[in-house]
Amino acid sequence: MITKRIIPCLDIRDGRVVKGKNFKGIKDIDDPVKLAEFYNDSGADELVFYDITASFEGRQLFTDILEKVAAKIFIPLTVGGSINTIDDFDRVLKAGADKVSVNTGAIKNPALISEAAKKYGNQCVVLSMDVARVDGAFRVFAKGGRENTGIDALEWAQRGDASGAGELVVNSIDTDGVREGFDLELLEAIGKRVTIPIIASGGAGCKEHFKDLFALDCIDAGLAAGIFHSKELLIGDLKRYLKENNIPVRI
Amino acid sequence: MIAIVNYGVGNLFSISRSLSYIGLDNVITDDKKTIESASHIVLPGVGAFGDAVQKLEATGLIPTLDACVKKGTPLLGVCLGMQLLFEKSYEYGVHTGLGYLQGEVCPMEPDLKAKGYDIKVPHIGWNALKIKKDSALLKFIKDGDFMYFVHSYYAKNCEDSLIAAADYGIEVPAVVGAGNVFGCQFHPEKSGACGLKILKAFGEIK
Repeated sequence: MITKRIIPCLDIRDGRVVKGKNFKGIKDIDDPVKLAEFYNDSGADELVFYDITASFEGRQLFTDILEKVAAKIFIPLTVGGSINTIDDFDRVLKAGADKVSVNTGAIKNPALISEAAKKYGNQCVVLSMDVARVDGAFRVFAKGGRENTGIDALEWAQRGDASGAGELVVNSIDTDGVREGFDLELLEAIGKRVTIPIIASGGAGCKEHFKDLFALDCIDAGLAAGIFHSKELLIGDLKRYLKENNIPVRI
Repeated sequence: MIAIVNYGVGNLFSISRSLSYIGLDNVITDDKKTIESASHIVLPGVGAFGDAVQKLEATGLIPTLDACVKKGTPLLGVCLGMQLLFEKSYEYGVHTGLGYLQGEVCPMEPDLKAKGYDIKVPHIGWNALKIKKDSALLKFIKDGDFMYFVHSYYAKNCEDSLIAAADYGIEVPAVVGAGNVFGCQFHPEKSGACGLKILKAFGEIK
């Protein structure tokens, strides 16, 4: 049977892994290639790289890093951050990405999902969505969680599925960084609407949170950054714990 | 030198990078002579079967591949490249494959539904191998090793060539082979250390 996936996420800025994407006080964490190797060795099932660089030079640096990682790490690599056009897909795929994650780019131009799926296959297109509760409804936020688009999150997820996205990353702004567990209410609501794999993000604070997450059948993977970067939770330990709790994982 | 057949389908770089990483010389090529003189051939592929067959035909390389298979060059089909090795596929119509292996390629969804399973298609993620018979391709692999899969169609009626399977409610042929022709439904180039061991074993097949 297919296993539940554990995915560390690396935010890259100016060639370094940093923490604090959506907030002030960005903190330097590590060298991306070194950290990627560490995660690969400790049993990560995939790696996600987000380019949070604003400058052209930073973008070049990001592509260079991706090439270095892809030359020595042979698990699926997903790349996101500033993906707005098919040319952006092309650039990161050539550098070694296996999947490309679109977020604000797909909100600005929803046809990007279907165009990319047609050109590279559904398996290549990951729709990433930042969601928060606004007056009791789940809304999609753009620009790194700063701008409420007013779009209904459940409908957007469904539309992404229908347009050809191969996987969905659901990041809950409400639980992100709080470390009190994943947003199970949101995840379950989206799980009822889509048929593609769902990668849950935002809120992991301890191994028990992953157990609670995978109690939801509709969830295929858990994504986290801070808790893995700080080494408070080691992926190997997490997977052993999940296995003891009868959750299928790759060890 | 391993020839990775370039017919305009899929991401060939990751296969090339993984072979280079384990020290196997390789070239991404659509050149007939390069393929003819290669020690091994990898046939990659991502996307839809019909489209891939059409593109492969357009390169004019099918007679070259046929001749290489006949003279005994080890050939490894990966993902859609494995599916192309079979006789036909029912992906959006009926398409004729290369026919190096007996069997056909069918959608997973109706077969899962028929068995009463409400499981997601595509089959994406890490799944364990159940080894059915010995093969030079799996000489470094043990039962239960995990591989990374991404596909919605699967091989059927291929008992003769079945080497290993994965359990996804239905039995999914994961490694197939007969003589010098091999196929992996999963991506060995994305299956971590275990995947690299398969590529290493392939490189050692004479």
